Amino acid sequence: MEITESTYGKTRTFDVEKIRADFPILKREVNGKPLVYLDNAATTQKPGSVIETISHYYKFNNANIHRGLHFLSEVATEEYEKARLKAKEFINALSASEIIFVRGTTEGINLVAESLSRKNHFNEGDEVIISHMEHHSNIIPWQLIREEKGIKIKVIPINDKGELLLDELEKLITKKTKLVSVVHVSNTLGTINPVKQIVDIAHSYNIPVLVDGAQSTAHLKIDVQDLGCDFYAFSGHKMFGPTGIGVLYGKAELLDSMPPYQGGGEMIREVTFEKTVYNDIPHKFEAGTPNIVGGIGLGAAIDYLRSFNMEDIHNYEQELLAYATGLLSEIEGLRIIGTAENKSAVISFVIEGLHPYDIGTIIDTDGIAIRTGHHCTQPLIERFGLTATARASFAMYNTKEEIDKLAESLIKTIKMFK
Amino acid sequence: MSDSIKEIQKQLEEEFEFLGNWEERYKYIIDLGKELEPYPEEFRTGKYKISGCQSQVWLYPEFKDGKLYFKGDSDAMIVKGLVALLLRVYSGQTPEDILSNPPEFLKKIGIEKHLSPTRNNGLNSMLKQIRLYALAFKTLSEKKPE
Repeated sequence: MEITESTYGKTRTFDVEKIRADFPILKREVNGKPLVYLDNAATTQKPGSVIETISHYYKFNNANIHRGLHFLSEVATEEYEKARLKAKEFINALSASEIIFVRGTTEGINLVAESLSRKNHFNEGDEVIISHMEHHSNIIPWQLIREEKGIKIKVIPINDKGELLLDELEKLITKKTKLVSVVHVSNTLGTINPVKQIVDIAHSYNIPVLVDGAQSTAHLKIDVQDLGCDFYAFSGHKMFGPTGIGVLYGKAELLDSMPPYQGGGEMIREVTFEKTVYNDIPHKFEAGTPNIVGGIGLGAAIDYLRSFNMEDIHNYEQELLAYATGLLSEIEGLRIIGTAENKSAVISFVIEGLHPYDIGTIIDTDGIAIRTGHHCTQPLIERFGLTATARASFAMYNTKEEIDKLAESLIKTIKMFK
Repeated sequence: MSDSIKEIQKQLEEEFEFLGNWEERYKYIIDLGKELEPYPEEFRTGKYKISGCQSQVWLYPEFKDGKLYFKGDSDAMIVKGLVALLLRVYSGQTPEDILSNPPEFLKKIGIEKHLSPTRNNGLNSMLKQIRLYALAFKTLSEKKPE
């Protein structure tokens, strides 16, 4: 089945109240107050259509995929592979074989690191370039390779606004550079990195680029052919889909040349004890029974997102960002961390004299969910001389009223501690 | 003579019974933290630091005349208040008393969620450390010749 724009018909007009009505959890109360969910960078809520799809699968279509010939196994396989096609369309990959289903962004990055390492892409003294704002999932896999193969990890510096210093990237490149791996949108600062430019620079030296897209797919239109990156990893649960599913996109020629990540059933053509012939991509990288319902649920999340104009979503979130930035900046003692020119709707902040733990704990009593801590970006937090921040992160179902509540609760919290 | 752990726990339960909503509870906990004895700076080292994901906690033990005394601190005020609460119960007690009195009162005053391991604020680890110190000093004092 070919999935094109016409599959989705006309896009919905953006109406935040109607969108909120699609998400059952937004109606609930927390600590006796209406839930104000501002922790979308940690995970997003799910629309009824995704929840229904998951439930429907288990009620009607559950079977193991790819190997059976009975009716249910064919239906399940079809639904799963349809989801793969949807993912391909969603990020405009060239082919569905370039879409590998993984557990999430973290597994996607680890797959690339492991597989490239097995291929001897990395030798002692080779270099991998990451940035100072990376999530631990895009630092530790390379440190593991460093222990195994003796590579060097180089770090693109950032300025005090939280922007990557692009000219420094070129200075870091040497003949030994084997990969550039950067985050698209920072989960702590909200910075949107100039991925296309980074790819252009790296490709001019024939260096492949991996992009961590965990925080982008729910908020920006992604076109991997336009970006030109060699790998792009993202997570289902951060884009209104279920947990335990994600996608690693890789250019076909690259993936073809890479050895498998995990071994097991499904990723083979022929097995003897002497020799095994591996399957083609993407199945070569999908050992064992996958998260079938996860893939199908991700497909439903993609359907939901594509029922909108991605630009409308982005524009609305930028409005929220501007509104929240303005309101929070007026609070005495509050300092926003991460003030890049190009930002996604994420605001990290600190309040003088108050530990983020205290902030998060008190506003939780008002039903407000934010995140506090180092957000799995310890080197980044340290770069700003901090041990933790409080972080509010928005999605398309948040409202200005919710931001008002956040500001009110913060002011009340500050008074409490005086 | 200092109060027994059970007496202190009961006192705390009574104090918290007067408190109404969460705002009052947290205000009380914060005030407890403000009253905590200042933590000696020379012991604000890695050796006495108990790390949690979210906040930093320090714990310094002193064994004197068969009793274990603690000084504690945190960079988060609510956590500092809970440190103060725990030290009020466990500081100045014998190792045996510490080991035979798990912090059941926490449930009764409704703050056990702050000490769950998943909270990662250092408190759960601090509780474990208090018990470890009690065990260590108990073993040490038992080994001493009469």
